[in-house]
Amino acid sequence: MNPLRPIGAAFLGFLAATGQLSMFTSTAIWHCVRPPFFFRLLVRQMIDIGYYSLPVVGMTTLFAGMALALQTYSGFSRLSAEAESAIAKVVLLGITRELGPVLAGLMVAGRIGAAMAAELGTMRVTEQIDALTTLSTNPYKYLVVPRIIAGLTMLPVLVFVGDIVGVFGGYIVSVYKLGFNPGLYIKASWDILQAIDVISGLVKASAFGFIVTLMGCYHGYHSKGGAQGVGAATTNAVVSASILILITNYIITELFFST
Amino acid sequence: MTDSKTTSRTAPMIRLDNLHKTFGSKTVLNGMNLDIPQGSSLVIIGGSGSGKSVTLKCILGLLAPDEGDIFINGESTLAVFAATRERTNRNIGMLFQGAALFDSLTVWENISFGLMQGEGMNRDDARDIALEKLVAVGMERKDADRWPSELSGGMQKRVGLARAIASNPAIMFFDEPTTGLDPVMADVINDLIVNCVRELGATALTITHDMASARKISDRIAMLYQGKIIWTGETQDIDHCDNAHVDQFIHGKINGPIKMNLRVA
Repeated sequence: MNPLRPIGAAFLGFLAATGQLSMFTSTAIWHCVRPPFFFRLLVRQMIDIGYYSLPVVGMTTLFAGMALALQTYSGFSRLSAEAESAIAKVVLLGITRELGPVLAGLMVAGRIGAAMAAELGTMRVTEQIDALTTLSTNPYKYLVVPRIIAGLTMLPVLVFVGDIVGVFGGYIVSVYKLGFNPGLYIKASWDILQAIDVISGLVKASAFGFIVTLMGCYHGYHSKGGAQGVGAATTNAVVSASILILITNYIITELFFST
Repeated sequence: MTDSKTTSRTAPMIRLDNLHKTFGSKTVLNGMNLDIPQGSSLVIIGGSGSGKSVTLKCILGLLAPDEGDIFINGESTLAVFAATRERTNRNIGMLFQGAALFDSLTVWENISFGLMQGEGMNRDDARDIALEKLVAVGMERKDADRWPSELSGGMQKRVGLARAIASNPAIMFFDEPTTGLDPVMADVINDLIVNCVRELGATALTITHDMASARKISDRIAMLYQGKIIWTGETQDIDHCDNAHVDQFIHGKINGPIKMNLRVA
């Protein structure tokens, strides 16, 4: 057997998958801007993504902020006498620019992306998606569009809340464990805060929301076979969304903060 | 009759013209021709993997054939705008093999889904029609607010049938309607199909390999083998046809021209 054959087959498979994803993405975006819209489904998805993800995102960013404050103290106290203000600045910038959006994106990928892939995958293998078509209902409009719009709009809300909770986590550790002055800590945080820090995080959040819901819908929509196919779709949705989140995070950081 | 391209005195409601469909190296449909006259009930029989489901999916627009054309009511359904296809689908009712009920919706919402989402009917009117159709398939009104997961396989099939007839379609498709059901429930479903099709005056196409079901619900039977229709005829003629493939299939014989590619241990 020709040893190049598996490499060629894998490459052709990659090209086919890329083409299929591009078609899926462009079709989904096209339907996002064309009526009719299913507003009840959109609200249901917004509640599912926004409201029910709040505890997960809140807990994640709270403890990330607390750990960041502790780590910064243990590192910076050796380098600088002004550890108090340095910790406040690092926690605020770290949470709003990076940790808030990335952690929220990854947590939502695990919670929502997996659920979407499993739900749509099950609908695919049980012919429910075919049934939608026979009932004159476009599956993109009914299943994909509400999820993508909900992801685009609710991730920034989650990240905004996560930013506040994360900074509060740093405050708790700094004030109650390390004994810093609360007033000085808040003043240092406020002084360093710029609109671009929060805005860049919210832009990232919106992009991550799109990625998570797109990957969940794409892998679920194209799942094959039975339970094994749905399981593979779920895994692929989470893995691909996580990788794309980290890549997109770097690209957006480069766009906002590259000098 | 052994001609694969049937002709009819009335204009066919559905016409399949030289359909070809290939998946990778496997040819599933290989120049399939079939006419289904208006108001008739035709059953396509054939072994597993013979292309019955692919044929149905091509007619429904869920798969695109590689070659050939499909006409519904005289109009080609291929290469048309999505809105045109959706309009065509409004005249079609489909009962899926596993019922394919939406598990996030109640029974009545499943039945009236096409009315509410496809035709924009308000919920109150749609619920009234759903209850009427639920009774028509032998279920009780109190079942309307149950979830699909709470129903038995036979009940799910009946709800699927109620959903298929909710918009009083002119064309109905049934995909293996009795698969997975006990003989008594299978007969109940067969009776319901016959009654629904007769009352609606619909044109019906069923795919099955259940010969008891095929004999009961069809006016005509067509046999699909190796991607082509190899026999069509009146239902009562199938036991006397001179086609060896059909004879082997309907009597379930191991020996005959149909080879199953079984490896003997």
